[in-house]
Amino acid sequence: MSVLSGRDWKSQPPYIDQGYKSTSLRGPSRSLVKIDPELAEMTGPAFGDEVIGSLDHDLTRNGRVNGEPLGERIVVTGRVLDENGQSLPNTLIEVWQANAAGRYIHKKDQHDAPVDPNFLGAGRCMTDDQGRYRFYTIRPGAYPWGNHPNAWRPNHIHFSLFGPTIATRLITQMYFPGDPLLAFDPIFESVPEAARGRLISEFSLDVTEEGFALGYVFDIVLRGTQATPMEGTE
Amino acid sequence: MSPRQTPSQTIGPFFHYGLNPVEANYPHSQIAGHCLASDQTLGEHIRLTGRVFDGNGAVVEDALLEIWQANAAGRYAHPNDARSNRALDPHFHGFGRCGTGANEQARFTFCTIKPGPAQPGHAPFISVTVFMRGLLNHVYTRIYFDDEAAANAADPVFSSVAPERQVTLLAKRYHTPSGIEYRFDIHMQGDQETVFFDL
Ligand SMILES: [Fe+3]
Repeated sequence: MSVLSGRDWKSQPPYIDQGYKSTSLRGPSRSLVKIDPELAEMTGPAFGDEVIGSLDHDLTRNGRVNGEPLGERIVVTGRVLDENGQSLPNTLIEVWQANAAGRYIHKKDQHDAPVDPNFLGAGRCMTDDQGRYRFYTIRPGAYPWGNHPNAWRPNHIHFSLFGPTIATRLITQMYFPGDPLLAFDPIFESVPEAARGRLISEFSLDVTEEGFALGYVFDIVLRGTQATPMEGTE
Repeated sequence: MSPRQTPSQTIGPFFHYGLNPVEANYPHSQIAGHCLASDQTLGEHIRLTGRVFDGNGAVVEDALLEIWQANAAGRYAHPNDARSNRALDPHFHGFGRCGTGANEQARFTFCTIKPGPAQPGHAPFISVTVFMRGLLNHVYTRIYFDDEAAANAADPVFSSVAPERQVTLLAKRYHTPSGIEYRFDIHMQGDQETVFFDL
């Protein structure tokens, strides 16, 4: 059996965070119970190209009704790898986000900013055999939330990744360089200071597509696994 | 220097149209839903249902649950489980996803099959991952079955949990007119706080 590296609590936010109010009733209050790594499942759902539609990687097109979505077009790309520096090919990424005005298409979003009839804000892509992914979207706007007076979320894109086993599962948020709201955001600030920079994408002129979209690079590191098959007999 | 883990962030309140849009009545597809089993799937067909409660005992209406399990023969549909003496079931993948806000009681419901034990001497179980607004890292728990008392007592993970907390891992079996139902509630905090594993 193979062994998986644990969650690195120097990199991960705590369950209960003073600044982010909803954590006080929703984060577990007792210690997590250790599972002997030899007894933990070393498996998880694997997905193939069948879950990716032809426009799923292009949020500038997958919600069009009668025109182009409003806002600044961007292309987001990067590598998904594990802690050993190994690329993770064929890993499913799901993304969702607000539109350029900071409004989600979600029925429960009450923010008084316009919905864009041509923007859905949800998509999927898969890493290639080098562990690289790429999708097109509109730069999301900031939006207010009820955590504290005058609270605003920085621009962000929600990411959901699987990786090789259920233990490598990650849901996170990608932020943008130079956003002045980062310093006031308890969700971003919940992350240990030394690890926060890993959530901020990097602007790249190389990735930028001339005359079309600004480029951002966001690499994602999942927990390390070694894929050793279970024995063929018991 | 080897790369360090990307930090986790909350799923937030507005994930439904991205992760489980079909269930939330948005007009696009999702990668997996709450029904894992079809008529042809081998094994005992069960319904798995429950609710998620916060530290005040209030029902959580915006959680997302994912389950992952072995098939009736105790094999996982994954390349790391290459045990040829246990059959794969072409009609069972083993992964499901369900939100809690879609019905009035904020229940999650999965239709699936009872897994077989994945190893000799282990009890059957279903792995559960829970995400929600206010949860900066997802939590992992396991559903064991209350009609498997002997197997649970012998199971190395179940039996490693403090005896007074083992009950939080047990789904209760009911016979209903529409089939076998297991009920399993998740308590994020409090006296009945569910055991969450450091997987
Ligand atoms: Fe958000």
